[in-house]
Amino acid sequence: MIAISGVNKIYYLHGVQVAALREVSLSVAEGEFIAVAGPSGSGKSTLMNIIGCLDIPSSGVYCLNGEDVGRLPDNRLAEIRNRHIGFVFQSFNLLPRISARENVELPLLYRGISSKERTRLALKALERVGLADRVRHRPTQLSGGQQQRVAIARALVGEPSVILADEPTGNLDSGSGNEIIALLHQLHRQGKTVVLITHDPDLASQAQRTVKMYDGMIIREEVRVP
Amino acid sequence: MKILQAIKVSFGAIRSHKLRSFLTMLGVIIGVFSVVTLVSIAQGATGAVTEQIEEMGPNLIIVNITGRGHRTLSLEEANRLAGREGVRAVAPVVSGRVTVKQGNVTLDTTLEGTSPEYRTVRNQSAQSGRFLTEADLQFRQNVVLLGGSVAEELFPLGDPLGREIRIDGTPFTVIGLLEEQGAGLGGSGDDKIIVPVTTAQRLLRISGISTIYLQASAPEMVDRVIAGVEAALTLHFRDDQAFTLFDQAQILDTLEQITGTLTLMLGGIAGISLLVGGIGIMNIMLVSVTERTREIGICKALGAKKRDILLQFLIESSVLSGFGGLFGLALGYGAGIAISNFTDLTPAFSPLVVAVALVFSLCVGMFFGLWPANKAAKLNPIEALRAQ
Repeated sequence: MIAISGVNKIYYLHGVQVAALREVSLSVAEGEFIAVAGPSGSGKSTLMNIIGCLDIPSSGVYCLNGEDVGRLPDNRLAEIRNRHIGFVFQSFNLLPRISARENVELPLLYRGISSKERTRLALKALERVGLADRVRHRPTQLSGGQQQRVAIARALVGEPSVILADEPTGNLDSGSGNEIIALLHQLHRQGKTVVLITHDPDLASQAQRTVKMYDGMIIREEVRVP
Repeated sequence: MKILQAIKVSFGAIRSHKLRSFLTMLGVIIGVFSVVTLVSIAQGATGAVTEQIEEMGPNLIIVNITGRGHRTLSLEEANRLAGREGVRAVAPVVSGRVTVKQGNVTLDTTLEGTSPEYRTVRNQSAQSGRFLTEADLQFRQNVVLLGGSVAEELFPLGDPLGREIRIDGTPFTVIGLLEEQGAGLGGSGDDKIIVPVTTAQRLLRISGISTIYLQASAPEMVDRVIAGVEAALTLHFRDDQAFTLFDQAQILDTLEQITGTLTLMLGGIAGISLLVGGIGIMNIMLVSVTERTREIGICKALGAKKRDILLQFLIESSVLSGFGGLFGLALGYGAGIAISNFTDLTPAFSPLVVAVALVFSLCVGMFFGLWPANKAAKLNPIEALRAQ
């Protein structure tokens, strides 16, 4: 499903060349729960941006569902993000002025789905994350854990191939954090592919497989023995 | 993304900054308001003057004898113009300023000595009493018709018909009251008195005719009559500078040129304020794009294309300016009603002005929204997501 081979990502920061990813190769099978771990600056966010089609590799090949997405124009990338990637961010990234339901509807809006169908799917997704009673609330009226669950519902609603969670528990207390991780596990059990990016080794160890990054390279892969 | 949805979302964004949106809109409101009001006033005034010129009489040709050279045009010579082809009627006029006295009221006014044809040529007859007759001219009768304002001042209470007034000391009998004309070109049409032309010549001690009003038999004859009369008068005076000749069409043309320039100027000045309003929109949209950078990043991560973001911000600025335009239009309309209630002016709201003002304000919104919207659409999603 995700096949990355020999990917380099080079930035130019104030004229200085910075290699954020060096010869990274990684493949993720459908239905897998994988964690990408590493300290800050290790390149895991860059890797997430590339997996999430927010960025394209400087060199190397990234195939998502068999399609080489490394050389696509912006609009095609937007379409792929819309259909195949469900983002869960550390800081939730909900739009503050609209309700939970409307936030969840957003990906469907950009897909051009009718208003009625959007509402139906959004309510279903919110139900899946246990927030059926909070659909009219605005993000500011929800707790951090609830906001992150809305974000997960938003990631789910378009039935993407991959749920991409970048430090999803980073802004949460441990109780809410555990709930979110439990929710990701539940989605994994329901057949979703989950990529969890974290600097927390404990969290990473809960995944089926952990990829450790350091200095832009994958230095180790650990497979958890069930 | 559907446009309707984008409009709905933009309303949300506008509502969340009520005061700011209103102030931004205010620029466009004032712009559209001033465009609509000023142009309507100019058009209303033009309409009123045009109407007055048209009321001067149909197919009217005016000949002014400026009296250069030594020859004058006698009454008989002027009347002979009536025999020309295409001329329906001729009204020779001798005019001058006179002092009118009745009882202890004295006032200065314009005296016009003319013939019975004046009534048809100038489209002004007696509203009561009678107009001049051939007999009045033949016998140099001391009879007078009073314009509305003159009659009002001389006879504030009673009926002036049959009463006697003194013009420059000579007694005259009032035989009629002229129809009201209102203020027109060259002073009030009501501040004048009319006497037989022969009487006027004697009273003012003028032998020649100062003005001739000619009526062509049909609109298409006007030009031919002008050419013929011009030739005849040039021959008579041996000088083509001794008289001027013009018809309503020429007056209207000149008037339209003047008022057209005026309207354009007023509209242009008002248009500048609309432009300033547009810059206000651009300013606030740029602020909005900066503030919502992260939001834009989120939308892009969720699959919004450049087009979606562009459309969103364009619609937002257009909604701002469009509604500003609507409010401005409503205000302008209100101002028009107030102006026509409290002054003599009647602003004319042509659908064209309304449409142009609305379309222009929408275009201003789109044009000035384009740059900020493009800026938003071009944002890099990663950097946008990192923004605070």
